[in-house]
Amino acid sequence: MLKPAQTRGPEDLPAASLTAVKGRKVRTAVRGDQTFRWLTFFCSLLVPLVMLAIGLELLLSSWPAVKQFGWGFFFSQEWNPVLQEFGAASSIFGTLVSTLIAMFIAVPLSLAIALFLVELAPPRVSRTVGTLIELLAAVPSIIYGMWGLFVFAPFMARYVQPVLGETLGFLPLFQGPPLGIGMLTAGIILAFMVLPFISAITRDVFQLVPPVVKESAFGMGATTWEVTYKVTIPYGLVGIIGAVFLGLGRALGETMAVTFVIGNAHRISASLFAPGNTIASTLANEFSEATEPLYVSSLVALGLVLYLITYLVQVVSQMMLRRMYRAWSVGL
Amino acid sequence: MKLRPPTGRRLANLVVSLWAGASALIGMVILFWILYVVVSRGLGALNLDFFTHLPTPPGMSGGGLANAIVGTLVLTAAATLLAVPIGLMAGIYLAEFSEDSKAGDYSRFSANVLMGMPSIIVGVFAYTLVVVPLGNFSGYAGALALAILMLPVITRTTEDMLRLVPNTLRESALALGAPRWKVTLVIVFRAAKGGLITGVLLAVARVSGETAPLLFTALNSPYWFHSLGEPTPNLTVTIFNYAMSPYPDWQQKAWGASLLITVGVLIITVLARFFLREKKV
Amino acid sequence: MRKIWYLSVAALSLLVLVNLGQAQSLSLNGAGASFPYPVYSQWAHKYHELTGVKINYQSIGSGGGIAQIKAKTVDFGGTDEPLKPEDLAKSGLVQFPTVMGGVVPVLNVPGLESGKLKLDGSTLAAIFMGKINKWDDAAIKKLNPDLKLPSQAITVAHRTDGSGTTFIFTSYLAAVSPEFKEKVGAGKAVKWPAANSIGGKGNEGVAGQVKAVSGAIGYVEYAYAFQNKIPFAVLKNQAGKYVKPSIDTFQAAAANADWTKAPKGFSLMLNNQPGEQSWPIVGATYIMAYKDYPDANKGKAILKFFAWAYKHGADMAKNLHYVPLPDNVIKLVEAEWAKEVKSGGKPLWP
Repeated sequence: MLKPAQTRGPEDLPAASLTAVKGRKVRTAVRGDQTFRWLTFFCSLLVPLVMLAIGLELLLSSWPAVKQFGWGFFFSQEWNPVLQEFGAASSIFGTLVSTLIAMFIAVPLSLAIALFLVELAPPRVSRTVGTLIELLAAVPSIIYGMWGLFVFAPFMARYVQPVLGETLGFLPLFQGPPLGIGMLTAGIILAFMVLPFISAITRDVFQLVPPVVKESAFGMGATTWEVTYKVTIPYGLVGIIGAVFLGLGRALGETMAVTFVIGNAHRISASLFAPGNTIASTLANEFSEATEPLYVSSLVALGLVLYLITYLVQVVSQMMLRRMYRAWSVGL
Repeated sequence: MKLRPPTGRRLANLVVSLWAGASALIGMVILFWILYVVVSRGLGALNLDFFTHLPTPPGMSGGGLANAIVGTLVLTAAATLLAVPIGLMAGIYLAEFSEDSKAGDYSRFSANVLMGMPSIIVGVFAYTLVVVPLGNFSGYAGALALAILMLPVITRTTEDMLRLVPNTLRESALALGAPRWKVTLVIVFRAAKGGLITGVLLAVARVSGETAPLLFTALNSPYWFHSLGEPTPNLTVTIFNYAMSPYPDWQQKAWGASLLITVGVLIITVLARFFLREKKV
Repeated sequence: MRKIWYLSVAALSLLVLVNLGQAQSLSLNGAGASFPYPVYSQWAHKYHELTGVKINYQSIGSGGGIAQIKAKTVDFGGTDEPLKPEDLAKSGLVQFPTVMGGVVPVLNVPGLESGKLKLDGSTLAAIFMGKINKWDDAAIKKLNPDLKLPSQAITVAHRTDGSGTTFIFTSYLAAVSPEFKEKVGAGKAVKWPAANSIGGKGNEGVAGQVKAVSGAIGYVEYAYAFQNKIPFAVLKNQAGKYVKPSIDTFQAAAANADWTKAPKGFSLMLNNQPGEQSWPIVGATYIMAYKDYPDANKGKAILKFFAWAYKHGADMAKNLHYVPLPDNVIKLVEAEWAKEVKSGGKPLWP
């Protein structure tokens, strides 16, 4: 993610201007350069091509469901394979809620971790702890799922949810039996999964804040927290928002881990203890068993919704990150 | 000497510092908790047979997952061979030629969208693109799905790493009359070597733990790997099938395979960081 | 950098070489239902030792098996929910049963030992519909006057992936409860109406949830309940007797079924069979094959494999808690092969 502002490609050295100076050798070199340039251009074109092809494929395959259910597909809570009635509302709801829980937990944690790594820990500790936190991102999704189902969910049911129910039980959010499995547990595991992504970028952002800016605040007698809160965070805010959105994109599409612990019920519940589902978990659960064309097509339509949400989140995060870099390159 | 801030502010600072330390601690506790679970349940399954023998059906003792280990390596290698050249080239374009070009912006944006794409969707895509037209499940389809997942990672890291190479290096090489392609592939690549290897390793780490994209493409097989044109054995689908089975020996093998994959991915990730650090020095 | 290029070239050429060096032994690919995956893989393993023929069966789910054989991406498919005769005809497929198995209600109620809780069909249906939502409900008490039942909420655990287990279980509930049939219906995936329900992926998921959630009841394949020692309930069968799930009670149910009257494709319901010893929730799992194999060798090899499994695989099946097919059914199946499975118009069996 590092992108120092001063590195600009040497466009100011067009190869053509060199041709005039030297002889044949250079001309073949230029032809080689042209080919090279086109080759790299073609390869970079492949990336959006693949993305569009996936989108197109999703659109085509989901068409029967869209035609059958129309806009109602997005607002109906019904999901009944026996009667062939499908609606995306509960999956969309679950995707948004579980992601929201994850962000609610992961953002403060990630900021705190970044703060610890950049401002508080001695360099050696910072490097080790930073590496360990980043390793959280390397644990495969299915491992999070198995750990979540067999270890973390019972832990939640026994120790965490009863306490939440007693203290915050007056809120509808924390009512109901402590099953361990459900929206809350899924959200927390998602938080652990996106935490390394957000904290890594936030750390970079914190580190990129020019020391001069921080030092002057320190010099005025500000504490570390005050410098972070009043100088570093506002300075890198756009970058932090970009990081959050990057984590958001991760959380939205996470599949295997969520599938194991969310409880997989096509239902919208007020309580976070209740089981729910997400678009990705519904796809993982049901795609291999759906045989009727309308069922398959409805599942693909869910995939399309996820594709569009991911797209939107990326648009926002890119806008934010770019604004940050642009602002900095001007400021520096 | 520094001015001492009033007590209230110092207290706030202390609280925040403690909170920051605690957060870092939570992150590490989770990591070690997961590792402990995987190691304690998986270690019992790992023996020489596990690495050298074919799987046995439930009820028969012994056997291993050697074929799945080989298959996973082959699939990952094939995906890497497919994705790395394209990803490197795409990264070169973005870093070296795309300044202010709309195509470059869109390509960069697409890479970011692709990185967030759920892998199961990519699996379905490879299924319709390869499996259905060819009429059978194959390692090719699996490798393609994995390659699609790797492509954006390699593209973006390549771009980032090439941008870190100081411009003076390019300019001096160009001034000596070297063609641009040579400058990029030899001079700039050498300067960014550590970072590029990191990108590739991260992409490998990303896909080697993937299950969903292989389920409908490479499928799985209890026999030795023979050809990418056939269903190809692999560890992750095996974990998935075995973990869901009722038989204790299969479940234990699933944990053993989980341990292997986790450790493998962690090692690759640590290696990646090592290369990155070496480069920075 | 150069080293890496060499390495890549070496790896590439290795891949090519490996591809050229393909073994000539016959290999057949099948995919589908996960329920028979363990027994198919044991059969295949043994058969490979004996003949060298490779049978690769992968568990991707019944729906996947049906979809894949229709898409012609496999040599044979497996399913727990039999295709209807008209669907078979339309897709040019034949279908035959291989083994049978039982589905068992499992529970996690504090103080209740395995095999102590007695339930009948309508009570079980009412529990899974959420109409009975407390363990000390009068209906459960009436069946279990001697048990001390806690006043605890019932949590229903079910499969979320479409599955043959769900198909067999819901078919049974629909057969014994008209209300269940009307409001929920039978299928590989249904809409579970109970307010207090959770879903798990695979038998593993359901078992994990039943173990994790106090007051839960769920359903899993017998092998799963047996191997993991999960407490189960006993059920009242059609003859009014309470029976425990075991290979014997499954076999009793299968023996009482009249296969000669089964429609094409052998889609026979084995639920709720008569007989004092019959376990009420039993189902068969099926193989789907093409009526016409372009490659006669492949078609023949598949039939040979299953004929061998019928003849020599019964003990292996029993050890894994499946019920082998009775001899008379095997004869019916082989007669069906002789009539239906061809290659270029020539029959492949015997």
